[in-house]
Amino acid sequence: MPVYYQGIIILTCVNLISVLGLSLLTGFTGSFCFGQAGFMAIGAYVAGMMTKFWHIPLPVALLCGAVAGGLVSIPLGYPTLRLKGDYFAIATLGFAEAVRLVIENLEKITGGSRGIPSIPTYNNYPVIVVGTLVLVWLIRNYVSSRHGRNCVAIREDEIAAQAIAVNTFRYKQISFIFNGILAGLSGGLLAHYVGFIQPSMFGIPKSTELIVMVIFGGMHSVTGAVLAAIVLTSLPELLRAAAAWRLVVYGAVVVLIMVFRPEGLLGTWELSISSLRALRSQIASHFYKNERGMLRWRS
Amino acid sequence: MAILEITNLNKMFGGVQAVSDFNLSLDEGRIEAIIGPNGAGKTTIFNLITNIYKPTKGEISFRGKRITGLQPYQVAQMGIARTFQNIRLFPEFSILDNIRTACHQRANYMIFEGLFPLPRRVRQEKELEEHSMGLLDLVGLADRAQEMAKNLPYGHQRRLEIARALALEPKLLLLDEPAAGMNPDETQRLMEFISQIKQKFNLTILLIEHHMEVVMGLSDFIVVIDFGKTIARGTPEETQSNPLVIKAYLGVGEEA
Repeated sequence: MPVYYQGIIILTCVNLISVLGLSLLTGFTGSFCFGQAGFMAIGAYVAGMMTKFWHIPLPVALLCGAVAGGLVSIPLGYPTLRLKGDYFAIATLGFAEAVRLVIENLEKITGGSRGIPSIPTYNNYPVIVVGTLVLVWLIRNYVSSRHGRNCVAIREDEIAAQAIAVNTFRYKQISFIFNGILAGLSGGLLAHYVGFIQPSMFGIPKSTELIVMVIFGGMHSVTGAVLAAIVLTSLPELLRAAAAWRLVVYGAVVVLIMVFRPEGLLGTWELSISSLRALRSQIASHFYKNERGMLRWRS
Repeated sequence: MAILEITNLNKMFGGVQAVSDFNLSLDEGRIEAIIGPNGAGKTTIFNLITNIYKPTKGEISFRGKRITGLQPYQVAQMGIARTFQNIRLFPEFSILDNIRTACHQRANYMIFEGLFPLPRRVRQEKELEEHSMGLLDLVGLADRAQEMAKNLPYGHQRRLEIARALALEPKLLLLDEPAAGMNPDETQRLMEFISQIKQKFNLTILLIEHHMEVVMGLSDFIVVIDFGKTIARGTPEETQSNPLVIKAYLGVGEEA
């Protein structure tokens, strides 16, 4: 496969892993996180510096990046997860900007705004794809477990969730930590695919891009998040021929989805054997066989 | 023995005394009602019992344990379930999931098991589903289990909310205006339903209600409050003829 396509696949997986965490936190638990890039930056710098300066094997470094993302979520979540809706979003936005500025100013360690060049690169895309699919499977399992249902209950009505004995703060914290881990991992992968990291890669535009993916795909669907990550990562590449217009098209697609399908592309629909069966019978109900055995559309 | 003991409960909102020196001793297996005009502080008392609000003064104990200062979810875990005046379901959740989420006592698999379909999880999930379907059967919603809760008509939403409270397997059930917005026929069925679940689940019930036929028909004892103060308490017959109660409800003027 041409390296160009491999690159798109890897970037899709990088975004997908981050979006997966965000889907759990924002889509399913209902805490609107606007600072995903901050967690990615932590993962990217931890993993990137470990492989470049200390020659630590890549899997270990990626794991450390993921753990770092998760660990940061604990003290950050403790005060902020008690905040309501918009205030939490602003707090995470502030966190991400703070991370970026800290990295920019710790010039001796992080190289400041010039970033870290020549990080060992890695592009074994089949491994990344399989790994990503496993993560999708794990999150799918989680959201359909009793713990996942507790998260959705919090999103739907926090007071009612407490009234049925859900420890709302604890479940928000768990989602926040999972999100941090996934974002950290995603950041580490990004660093080792591009081979170069600098603070400006992890600014507000990156956070926005990721949250747009979650909303675009359908807040309440893991399948939607996966689909959105694939479509919205490859769309700008597919439209490369359109040069400067591609970002306009990208924006227009997002606006159109929001106007005509505010619940996102898939809403709450999930890909599974039973949902596919239901879909098939739904489609079949629109057709009928006439007396000559021909398939006709039922109007 | 008193299952719920409330002593000298007070709640101030800024300068407003929403509840003042409220006392209640609720015996196990009884149905008691709190009535009073709008804004009297009835729902505030429920919010204090479930610890959504912290009392300014006073103490609440449940089955001999002090519950003031706990988190709302801890109170629910101890066995106090409630419904809300303005129904609070999980609207974008299926009817089955609304119930399943509340069956916290019937599954205890860990976070880790949430990520993998391990045998214990699969088994517990199956039991949860069966138990929840049983509850839905009781409220007559089993055939609509997969529908979203928000698509249910109002009367059914009320029933679903009560079923969700029952899924907690509570000892004490707090019902906040269960008959609100119901016609006489629906009200009648609701009363039968409440008596039925009380028997079946061995419940103690504390009720807030404006429909007098519900209050008089169901409760063993009535507490009347007005502007946060307890103005009368007694059996339905005693309350009905109490001049203070009539005054609070009908607003008899100064000259009368």
